[in-house]
This record gives sequence, structure tokens and C-alpha cells, in this order.
Amino acid sequence: MLSVQQLACERGRKRLFSDLNFQVRPGVCLHVQGANGAGKTSLLRIVCGLAEALQGEIHWRGQDTRLDPGAWRAELVYLGHTPGLKDELSAAENLHFQSQIDGWKLSQEQIDGALQRVGLGRQQQIPLRHFSQGQKRRAALARLIARPAPLWVLDEPLAALDQAAQQLVAQLLAGHLQAGGMALITSHQPLGVPCLDLRLGA
Amino acid sequence: MFWLQYAAPQRLYGLAGRIYPLAFLLAAVLTAVGLYLGFWVAPADFQQGQAYRIIFVHVPASWMSMVIYVAMALWAWLGLSFKTRVSGMMTQALAPTGALFCFLSLWTGALWGKPMWGAWWVWDARLTSELILLFLYLGYIALTRAIDDPRRADRAGAVVALVGVVNVPIIYFSVKWWNTLHQGASVSLTKSPSMAAVMLWAMLVMTLAFWAYAVGMAFYRVRQTILEREQDAAWVGELKEIAP
Amino acid sequence: MNPHLRACMALVLRDVRSAARRPGDVATPLFFFVVVSALFPLAIGPELNTLRLIGPGIVWVGALLSSILAMHRLFGADVADGSLEQLALSPTPLGLLVAAKVLAHWLLTGAPLVLVAPLIAVQFDLSFDSMMVLLLALVLGTPVLSLIGAVGAALTLGLRGAELLLCLLVLPLYIPVLVFGAGAVQAHLGGLGAQAHVSVLLAMLSVAVFLCPWAASAALRIAME
Repeated sequence: MLSVQQLACERGRKRLFSDLNFQVRPGVCLHVQGANGAGKTSLLRIVCGLAEALQGEIHWRGQDTRLDPGAWRAELVYLGHTPGLKDELSAAENLHFQSQIDGWKLSQEQIDGALQRVGLGRQQQIPLRHFSQGQKRRAALARLIARPAPLWVLDEPLAALDQAAQQLVAQLLAGHLQAGGMALITSHQPLGVPCLDLRLGA
Repeated sequence: MFWLQYAAPQRLYGLAGRIYPLAFLLAAVLTAVGLYLGFWVAPADFQQGQAYRIIFVHVPASWMSMVIYVAMALWAWLGLSFKTRVSGMMTQALAPTGALFCFLSLWTGALWGKPMWGAWWVWDARLTSELILLFLYLGYIALTRAIDDPRRADRAGAVVALVGVVNVPIIYFSVKWWNTLHQGASVSLTKSPSMAAVMLWAMLVMTLAFWAYAVGMAFYRVRQTILEREQDAAWVGELKEIAP
Repeated sequence: MNPHLRACMALVLRDVRSAARRPGDVATPLFFFVVVSALFPLAIGPELNTLRLIGPGIVWVGALLSSILAMHRLFGADVADGSLEQLALSPTPLGLLVAAKVLAHWLLTGAPLVLVAPLIAVQFDLSFDSMMVLLLALVLGTPVLSLIGAVGAALTLGLRGAELLLCLLVLPLYIPVLVFGAGAVQAHLGGLGAQAHVSVLLAMLSVAVFLCPWAASAALRIAME
């Protein structure tokens, strides 16, 4: 269970939010909303440990995440604005590399299966530079399928996706939540699954 | 701890405001005394005649350029360890003065070198290290000016200052090695067989004068930085200098 | 196998594989090295006695400059496509991953310099044993250049004018490597033997291998905020 206490964030000279408190229990998706510049992306990055908060603490399963950052990072998957994939490599190579960096085992069949699920089964050996933006984002989604992480932190996952791909995200999310996973998502659009709402900058 | 209260920009603003005029006054007085001692009272050097008197500016400037860099590194370490905002501001406030002393040291070194060795520039180990120190200062200043976000600028600058301070002894050692290897007996601009007591006093007084100037400038600058960064804070709006 | 070690090896392989599919990136610094080294004889004159004296220094300055040219590429591509963030989110400490990236970078920029250096040295009429000393110094020194450059690249990540800023920050720190690297050959030519210089280079390499990845990862986290 993710617990955020009295979180405050400052970017440049502006205080984006202060005294933010929320909890995300297993099976719950928290939909973070707000105007542009309200601090949605900053909040997600702080939760992941990529940025530092001005004040406050983040607890995972009762323990402060700063005590063992390596173990905390193993529990989450973060998809940011950019897909985080190398253009010169193929989707399969990228997925394989990510599994090694993140320290979990992935067999060739699992890679196959994940890429099939996102609709890239036949293109898995082609370098990503030949893909469209939408296809690259689908390749990034494969990681969510392949990797068993309890917490999903997704920043605008529906951006640049067509209707079919957006439905895919909703299905993946629903399956993840049903299995007891948690999600922290920012999106300007509705996610297609029941969520708790958190509005920043109000 | 007593000093921790000045980690708040508002307290530092007040303290700095009280100190810097006194520091400048002290600097002016000490400079007058030091120059008098160096240029009137101290006797002409046996070998070098009157021209040597430039060392009363050259040596204190060199010392201060190094002391200031170490001070910057100390503030940088404090800032990274305790995450205080004023540490970054102080580091940035010290840098231009440090660079100025570096430049002054190089310039006076050249002015001394010409009558002594016949050349405007000699690749003496100390002068060369001083030149490289100037590059380190300029690099720090360029990096902190190039970063818009003040927090990132402070922290990146702190890393540069710490990396630099570790490298300064390495660079000095390398340059010394390079110099002796190529020239045999080392050419030293400050080697004098014995210095009259008055000369040492003059150098000491000038060093203190430069130190007082550096403190004054640093506190003066840090006040400007505080005003810029904290402009949204309530206490800034109520200052005499700002409020109509 | 230790998961951290596996992650680092995977990263080295990935970077090398990516660069292999974009060969222009590797070739450019190398061509720069060759061209710059040829400029000096053209500026100074073809007298072999002079060239023999300045040859080692020129090879080193050329290696330095082409090293620094390629440095911003260490993290540049990863920032653009977001994979740097993913590296920062790995359970493996970022310092280890940075060390892996620097190793890959050296294999792609430093090692080719070392391989091409003998050809340049021939232009300056360097004897065979002097050339061996030069190569040894380069093999020890170019990794140090990559390691120090990594700290500079991390500090200037994403800034306007980052390439020039990187040069300004890093070139003064390169000076000790230059002094001992070029000095090694000159000591050898002068009959004094290069052992002392080589030992110092080795010491620098050992210290840099420990300190630079750690400093660079701290700078990366600062830049990624």
C-alpha cells in the first residue's frame, strides 16, 4: 500500500503543492488531474524517486521509500512522456534489455507474448525508428505486461494512442487492478476504469 | 546552534546588510596601510630594485584566489549535505570575487615578470596553476549562469566546486612536475633569500585587506541574490528598500 | 550472475549495438582527430626535427579535443528518448550504470583513437619504442578523459550551449592527464624512462574509476529533477 504524507513540491520559485496526503490501496487506481503546470508530472516523479520533494514522506508497505531506494524501484514501473526506448533497437531487443536492467527474468516466449498482446507481434524484430509514434508507445506498454510490478506509475499513458490502443490500456489496467495491483496515473482523458480522483492546483 | 538561524534567507539578509559596509571600510583602511608599508616603508630589494613591490598585490591576490575557492567548496559541501538554500547563494556570491583575484594575480604576475625575466608571461608552475584556477572559476560561473532553475544551478555548481577543489592540488602537482622536468631548476617568482619583517607585515596586511573586501562583496552580492529569489516572500515586500 | 553485473553488461552491449547501427557517430570524432593532427605540421612547417619534438603533444591534444567533442553524446541520446530516466529507476545503483556507459563510450571513442594513433605518430617520425610508450599512455589516459568528461556531461545535461560549457568545465581538469600522458613520451625520448609517468596515469585511472561514476550519477540526479 502506498501512503503519501504531507508532500510539498517546489519547481523553480513556485510552490506547486503543499501538505498533500493520500493513500493507494491494492486494487485502487488514483487518477491525478489538474491544469497544465499544476504539478502532476512532478508528483509522479517524486513518488518514483526521480525528483526530491521539498517536504513530506512516501511510505510503501509501511516503510519510508528513502531507506532502500533500490528495493523501492524494483516495486514500480514508470512510463513517462517519452517511451524510454532506443530507436536503433527492435521492440524485442528493447524489452529484453529492460528486463535485464530492471533485474527480472524474461524468456523469449514471454517477450513474444507481450508484444503479441500489444499488437506488435509481427514487427518485433524491426528497429523502432521505423515505427510511428503510436506504435512506439505500444512497444512501451509491452513492459507493463511483461513485468510483474505491484505499482504502475503512468504519465499520460493515453496520449498519441488510437482508439484500439486506448482500449488496450484500459484492459491492461483493469487486469492489473483486479490482481491486486495499484496505479498512479495522470491523464487529461477518462481512463476507462473506476478510479479515485486527485485534483491538483485547485 | 547559534549560526543555524542564519540559514534562513531573511536572517542572512539582515546580517549581511550590517556587515558589508563595515567590511568595505576595513578593506579600505587595511589597503591604505598595506600599500603604505609596501610602497614606502619597505626597503628596495637588493637584487630586484623597486619593481619587486608588485608582490605586495600579487601574493595576497594569489592567496585569496585559493582561499576563496576553498571557501566556495566548503559552502558547496554544506549546501549538498544540509540542503540549505543560502549555501548555494554564498557559493555563487564568492565566485566572481575569486575570479577577480585570480585575474589580478595573473596580471600583476605579468607586470612583475616583464622587468624580471624579460617576458610578459613565463610558464612558471605557480602562474600556470593560477591560470588554470581562473579557468575553473570561469567554468563554475558559466555553468551556474546557464542553468535557469536556481536549485539545480546551486547543486550543479556545488558539484563543480567540489570536483574542482579536489583537482586543484592534482593540477598544481602536475604543473609543478611539468615545469621542473622541462626547465631543470624551477623558476619561482616569490623566491627571495630572506624577507625583511616589514615586507611580511605588508603582505599580511594586504591579504587581510583583500579578505575584508571579499567578505564585503560576497555579503553584498548575496543580498541581491536573496532579493531576487525570495521576491514572492512577504518579508521582502515590507523592506524599507522595496516598499514605497 | 549478480543482477547488477548483468544489468551493466546489458547496458554496455546495448550502447555498443546502438552505436553500431549509427556508424557516423563513431567515425566523426575519429576523423576530427586525424584532421586536427594534420593541421599542426601544416601550421608549423615540415621540418622533421621540430615535428619529432612536438609530435607526442599534438597527438595528445588531438585525442583530448576529439574526446571532448564526443562527450555530450554520452547521455544526450538517452535524455532525448527517455531511457536515462529508466536507468535511474533501475534497482542497480546509478553509479554502476554510469560506469558501464562510460566503458561503452570509451570502447566507441577512446579505443579507436588508440588504434589510429600509431598512424598519426608516423607523421611525426616517432620511433617504434616511443610509439609504444605513447600507446600505453593513451590506453591509460583516454579512459580517464572519458570518466572526467562523464561528470561534465552529466552537469551540463540539456542546457543551452552544453557542448561549449562542457569544454570549459572539463578541459582544465584534463590538464593533469595531458601533462603526464605527453610527458611520458617525452621522458622516454629524453632517456629518463616513462615509469613514473605511467604510474601516475595508472593512479589517476584507479581514482577516476571510483570517484567519477559516483560524481556523475549525483550530477545526473540533480539534472533530472
